[in-house]
Amino acid sequence: MPATLFSNARLLDPWTHLDQVGELLAIDGRIAAIGAVPSAQVPQDTIRVDCRGNCLAPGLVDMRVHIREPGQEHVETIEGTSRTAVSGGITSLVGLPDTTPVIDDVSLVEFVTRRARKAGMVNIYTYAAATKGLDGATLSELGLMAAAGALGFTDGTAPISDSLVMRRLLSYARTFDQLVIQRPEDPRLAAGGAATEGEIASRLGIPGIPAAAELILLERDLRLVELTGGRYHASLISTAAAVHAIATAKTRGLPVTCDTAPPYFTLNETAIDGYSTDARLSPPLRAEADRLAIIEGLKNGTIDAITSDHAPVDQDEKRVPFIAATPGAIGLETLLPLVLALYHRGEMSILAALRAVTQAPAQILRLPVGRLAIDSAADLVLFDLDMPWRIGRRGLRLAATNTPFEDMSVKGKALKTFVAGRLVYGFDA
Amino acid sequence: MSKFPVLHFPHRHLLGIDGLDAADIAIILDLAETYIEQNRADDKKRALLRGRTIINLFFENSTRTRTSFELAGKRLGADVINMSVASTSVKKGETLLDTALTLNAMHLDALVVRHPDSGAVKLLAEAVNCAVINGGDGSHEHPTQALLDALTIRRRKGRLHGLTVAICGDVLHSRVARSNIALLNIMGAHVRVVAPRTLLPAQVSRLGVEVFHDMARGLADVDIIMMLRLQTERMHGSFLPSIREYFHFYGLDHNKIARARPDALVMHPGPINRGVEIDSAVADDLDRSLIREQVEMGVAVRMACLDLLLRANTPMTEH
Repeated sequence: MPATLFSNARLLDPWTHLDQVGELLAIDGRIAAIGAVPSAQVPQDTIRVDCRGNCLAPGLVDMRVHIREPGQEHVETIEGTSRTAVSGGITSLVGLPDTTPVIDDVSLVEFVTRRARKAGMVNIYTYAAATKGLDGATLSELGLMAAAGALGFTDGTAPISDSLVMRRLLSYARTFDQLVIQRPEDPRLAAGGAATEGEIASRLGIPGIPAAAELILLERDLRLVELTGGRYHASLISTAAAVHAIATAKTRGLPVTCDTAPPYFTLNETAIDGYSTDARLSPPLRAEADRLAIIEGLKNGTIDAITSDHAPVDQDEKRVPFIAATPGAIGLETLLPLVLALYHRGEMSILAALRAVTQAPAQILRLPVGRLAIDSAADLVLFDLDMPWRIGRRGLRLAATNTPFEDMSVKGKALKTFVAGRLVYGFDA
Repeated sequence: MSKFPVLHFPHRHLLGIDGLDAADIAIILDLAETYIEQNRADDKKRALLRGRTIINLFFENSTRTRTSFELAGKRLGADVINMSVASTSVKKGETLLDTALTLNAMHLDALVVRHPDSGAVKLLAEAVNCAVINGGDGSHEHPTQALLDALTIRRRKGRLHGLTVAICGDVLHSRVARSNIALLNIMGAHVRVVAPRTLLPAQVSRLGVEVFHDMARGLADVDIIMMLRLQTERMHGSFLPSIREYFHFYGLDHNKIARARPDALVMHPGPINRGVEIDSAVADDLDRSLIREQVEMGVAVRMACLDLLLRANTPMTEH
């Protein structure tokens, strides 16, 4: 593979606090030089990419993606997920195990890894089910699946509600130094609910899910982390109270991290008005005060990472009454601009915003990606920081079009995406 | 023809009280008044909607609402067909939109829909090309019930503005309550809700009501007491310890009514659960109870709604 020399690039790397115009040289899929590249170092047949002052950053690391293969290939295949991911500047992503069948066995971990390699393009990793068949009771083969490449253990959208199971999971996972990921929501308190409890849900006659449902399970988990010392990651934090609980746990030195997703800092509960099923998410969109608290949590570092929580849903499962609709929204293509919106609105520096989708998830997952460093993989995104565009169903490349951001105007677009130095996506204006 | 002028009603559907203003409501109520006499006459039928087809599409069991709409359509000369879809046989969703496609092919003029899910009627309205009347969707709205209640109150009290109305019981699951709260607020009445906390939606005061948990206080000096049916079929899990306890604290009997104004009237959307939310002696008290009158007003109000949606908006345009 020929080398690539990026010139006239605004090099951005949260890991090294790098923000300067310069060059970057990639040889054999790895970064060979950053900053000013001496011409002696540039091989003869090098491809030259004039970045024209656009931003060159580590490719995005998306630590929560609902991959629909195996089981729901009609909604989205691994190949479809890959193509869409790279068009959004994502170069590494981690799939959830709640597919059909559930990824709860070494052979299935290997299946996903193999299919991902075949699709090429993007680095696809997988979590494995924490409990067999997501039954919430029987521990799966954590050690063996970790050895096969599983990056962490979670029951996906199903929270582990049994305290004893969670205790043993954290404890056993610690034996292998593995990460336990939980989307905290007390399933009994949230039972039957489809929107956040409050005025909007009351008006619409939709059963509500109180914010406390998130806090209750999260606080229990944090106590169990204290008891076991297991590494714990809370996914999709959506409430002010949960941000506060995480902050307290971090202050106390617990091995805890968390993420949120763009809907929770971009939208609030009003998005469901008119029974918009594309805005039916799990956890549900919350009150405005929660949205502001999520932004605050991102600013002060309480919330480590931002994930797309990409969840393609078939139209047939969205064009139904709100309460019957399958929760979830696509998010791979909108991750970068909605993260950049935090910068454009003056809420975060560009490096802090990018850190949440590069360095932070890479560190949580212990992956050697998400940075511009000599000898690390040349997983890169070249993006136009200011290019305006409007999110629209027709513009999106997926079969599933369930986005709550329809018609939103955003700034920032991936122009080119490279995985291991290879061009995997080029924006066609 | 001048006896039946075509009125201006700027709505294609009647999906809820939310979206109407005081003028819209007054138009409906005024028109309904004219049908009350017609309904009491020997010849109850007019040919205003001759040749029009109305389907009552009910995904939930109903006798009174469906019959009321059926009579309303027939007395205006329309052809009315009842379709009951047992909710158990419906795989929600796909079938709802498939149903819409089927109905479109039948060239309907109006569709009256009742569905167990909030928002389902709106979803259907977006897919059919005829006027849609919400006959009750989940716990969301039941606009014709609120309109007939308003007509009943207006005829007895001469106004809605300034009255104090207490809505008592299972507000949480009640579409009747939501529609009435909206309508009474628009018309300038003072609305209270009286219920145990487990039967009230979150932040209910934001809907424009004063909240009470005690019947004696909640009924103090009210003009109208609206009782709601305890909707045990919508309750998943335990909201109340027992019917006995519920009746003791929240069932309407003459002792509790004594707190209200001497001329206070009692309403109930029916069907009533005697001895659960209302004592038989109250329900049957001709000086107090408007329950039978509500049923009569129901037909008149539904005639007015059908008339307005089908005649005022002719010719129908595609949206």
